[in-house]
This record gives sequence, C-alpha cells and structure tokens, in this order.
Amino acid sequence: MLRVSDLHVSYGAINALGGISFEIQRGSIVTLIGGNGAGKTTTLRTVSGLLRAKSGKVEFDGADITALAPHKIVARGLCHVPEGRMIFSNLSVEENLAMGAYLQTDAVRNAANRDYIFSIFPRLKERIHQTAGTLSGGEQQMLAIGRALMGNPKFLMLDEPSLGIAPRLISTIFEKIVEINKTQGITILLVEQNANLALEVSSYAYCLETGQIVMQGESKQLRADPQLKATYLGG
Amino acid sequence: MVYGVLRFINFAHSDVFMVGAFVGFYLGKIVPESTIWGGLIVLFGAMLACALLGILIERLAYRPLRGGPTLNVLITAIGVSLLLEYSGQVFFGAAPRTFPQIFPSRNFELGPLVFSTNQLAVILIAVLLMVALELIVHRTKIGTAMRAVSLNPKAAQLVGVNNDVVISFTFGLGSALAAAGGILYAMNYPSIDPLMGVMPGLKAFVAAVLGGIGNIPGAALGGLILGIVETFVNGSQWSTYKDAIAFAILIIILLFRPAGLLGRVTVEKV
Repeated sequence: MLRVSDLHVSYGAINALGGISFEIQRGSIVTLIGGNGAGKTTTLRTVSGLLRAKSGKVEFDGADITALAPHKIVARGLCHVPEGRMIFSNLSVEENLAMGAYLQTDAVRNAANRDYIFSIFPRLKERIHQTAGTLSGGEQQMLAIGRALMGNPKFLMLDEPSLGIAPRLISTIFEKIVEINKTQGITILLVEQNANLALEVSSYAYCLETGQIVMQGESKQLRADPQLKATYLGG
Repeated sequence: MVYGVLRFINFAHSDVFMVGAFVGFYLGKIVPESTIWGGLIVLFGAMLACALLGILIERLAYRPLRGGPTLNVLITAIGVSLLLEYSGQVFFGAAPRTFPQIFPSRNFELGPLVFSTNQLAVILIAVLLMVALELIVHRTKIGTAMRAVSLNPKAAQLVGVNNDVVISFTFGLGSALAAAGGILYAMNYPSIDPLMGVMPGLKAFVAAVLGGIGNIPGAALGGLILGIVETFVNGSQWSTYKDAIAFAILIIILLFRPAGLLGRVTVEKV
C-alpha cells in the first residue's frame, strides 16, 4: 500500500534521512521505532508532503506521491496525526472534527464517522463544545486521531501517540488504535519511542537510527532480539 | 484580520483603501448620483475590484516570500504601499478630487443635534460589514479554515486545507473591506487623493494595537476609543496635538499592555 524507496531528506546541510526504504502491506499495523533524532518524524512528514525529499520515491496505492502538496495527499486517503497532536487549540472539539472533514462532501458519511469517533472516544462527545486547548493531553490525542478519521483515511500515520499522556490513557488509546485497524480496515504506520508498546500492537517493525534503517522484522521476533532489547527495551 | 491569519502587518492595506475610494470615484461618475442602488453598485464594485487587487498583491509580492523571515515580507509590504501611492499619482493625478454624492443625502435634526443621512449610512454599512465578517469567520467552512491556518498552518495542511487558497481568500476579503472603508471615508470627507490612505492607515494600526492585534472586535473597540479621544482632543485647546496623542496612545499601550485591551497573551499548551 505504501512503498518508500531510497528516501533522502535533509534540513539544509544536515542529512536527516540517508536513504531509507520500507514497505507497508494493506491492513497491517507497522511500527517505526528508534531514539530521538533518528528520523522517525522526518519520515512521516516527508510521506505526508510537509517536507520535500532530496531524492527517492514515495508510492501510495501504486501512484507516485513524492512531489504532491499535503492537501492532495490527504485527498487520497493518507492522513497524518502529527507529533504533539497539533489540534486547533482555539477551536471547539466540534470545529476540530469538522476541519478533519474539510475535503469530505458526503454529509451522511461525515455524520457516521462522527458517531463512530464518539463511540470509541466517548470523552470527546462529552466535551463537544469545549475549546480544544482546554482538553487534557490524552483527550487532545483522541481528538487528533478523531480529526484524522473524519478524513476517511485508508492509511493512518500516528506520530508518538503516547507522548505526554497519562499512563492510564496510553493503554486506552493503543487499544483503540488496534480497534480502528481491525474494524475499519485502516492500515496504520505507528511511530513510537515506547518500543515495548509499539512492538506489542504491531505485526512488523522497522528500527531507525540516525537516518538509516538498522533492523527490521516481525515485531514478535524483534521483541526477543537481545541487541534491540538492550538498546530500546531497557534490558 | 490579515495579521490574524498571516502574522504580518500589511502596510499596503491603507493604499488599497485609497484605490477603493478612487474606483468609487470613477464608478460614481457612471451610475446616477444620489440613488441607493447607484450607491450600492459603487460600494460593491469598489469592493470587488480591490478584492482582486488584494489577491494579485498577495500572489505577486507576498507569496514568493512565504516561509522566509517576517522582516522581508514587512519591508516588501512597505514597498507595495509606496508603489500603490505613487502609481496612484501617475494614474489618478496628485491633485485632490471631489468624491461624488453617491447615496441620497438629507440632513435632519434630532433635538439640538443635526445628522446627515450620510453619517447614518456610514455607521449602518460599517456595522453590517462587521457582522458579515464575523459570520464569515465563525460560521462558514472557509472561515473555520482561515482560523485553522492562523492557529497552525501545518495541521491545516494535514487535514487537507490548501493554504494558498485560504490565504488568497483572506487577502481578497481584507482588501474588499479596505475598499468599503475607503468609500465610507470618502463619503464623509469627500476630498480624495493618492496619499489619503496614509493617516487613516496609521490610525487603523493604532486602533488595532489598542484593541489587540488580530482580534476583530478588539479592532472595532480600539477604533471607537481612538475616535472618541480624538474628537475630545479636537474640541479642546490642544487640538493641534490630535495626531500626536493618537501615537502617544500607541506607545503607552505597547509599553504597558502589548497584547492590547482585548488581546490575550498567547500561551501554547504542549
């Protein structure tokens, strides 16, 4: 469904990605793990069009999307839940969800999506008229995911959904991520620093280090890998 | 408003205001004078022309600089402002012109006060435009998109907003309002010239800072306060210092309440 080949990205003179390649099968949950500054966020931003690749190719559903503007990529059903959530803090929960459906013209479908989001995140329904900036970190993350779901994605990229969230809510959010994948058939690319959690919910994993993929494999196998254990899983 | 979305001060705004008055001047010669529909044609014609001008200015002058340092755009805005002022002198002539009486006008008395229908029309149109603007910004999809782009341009792109379109729209809308402002101004001070926008532009800037920059009700409140202060100063023995006092207000606000009266100090929750 998504194929990235030999992707190079740099910020000025600094190389952030030194030629990475990976592939994600339809219907799966794949994770990209790695430490700070490994290039995880850069990868997602390049795929969603916020950053331009120096060279290399991003293909989605068989089409080359490397040079497309972000709004055109969203229109194809590839939605990105960015790091730090980036909800519209001065807008209400309702308006945030409406913005998620910016390109969607089917009112019936939008209403169904809203109901589905409220069914998995009932908290959002309780706070529908509240200004989004006043929500807790976990609720903001739910809103960010909900906003992306309003865009009818076929493919969802989540950047650090556990960041800055109460531990109690982290497990809820990850349960819902798995549920979205299972029941809605949405393919998921999950970027996480919390490698343990990410390997638990995913089927396949890529491990990124200073802009290179240094390891990849079935998530189950990587969890047992002694080297990876020592580096990311805390021994 | 343009500041609210784009975080830079469009110095050329006051010259779009001037162009609006001149478009009104020429249109006013074509349509019959002193009729309501003629006046409305002049008003909307000038707004439309300036909306296009605003979109053009953004496309040619500001868009290529987007993403660069704000200072570059600011200096370019001053350049665009001078360009409009002096090409105005070439095309419209430097001598002041008399603005036609576009709406029917009559004076009537209310006790000791004398009103002209012109003054009432100005207030009425200004209030209607304010309400329309609030509705556009808060009740429409493009308005929500404008607010979204101003809060977080990246996130707006990620939900599928084409930021270029939203920014063009913002400039068009802002410039149409500037044109309406030019017409309303010219209705009450019917002598227009290519530099007429300079002082009102500066005053509008003071009003916007006073109310809280980027905040539409704040700008209206700031304008009202500034207007009242000026009128009082005008009637007092210090009337020569009217403009100086307006700018003294600007300096005091910047020193003691930089966010303005209705503005909030923005704190980002992470």
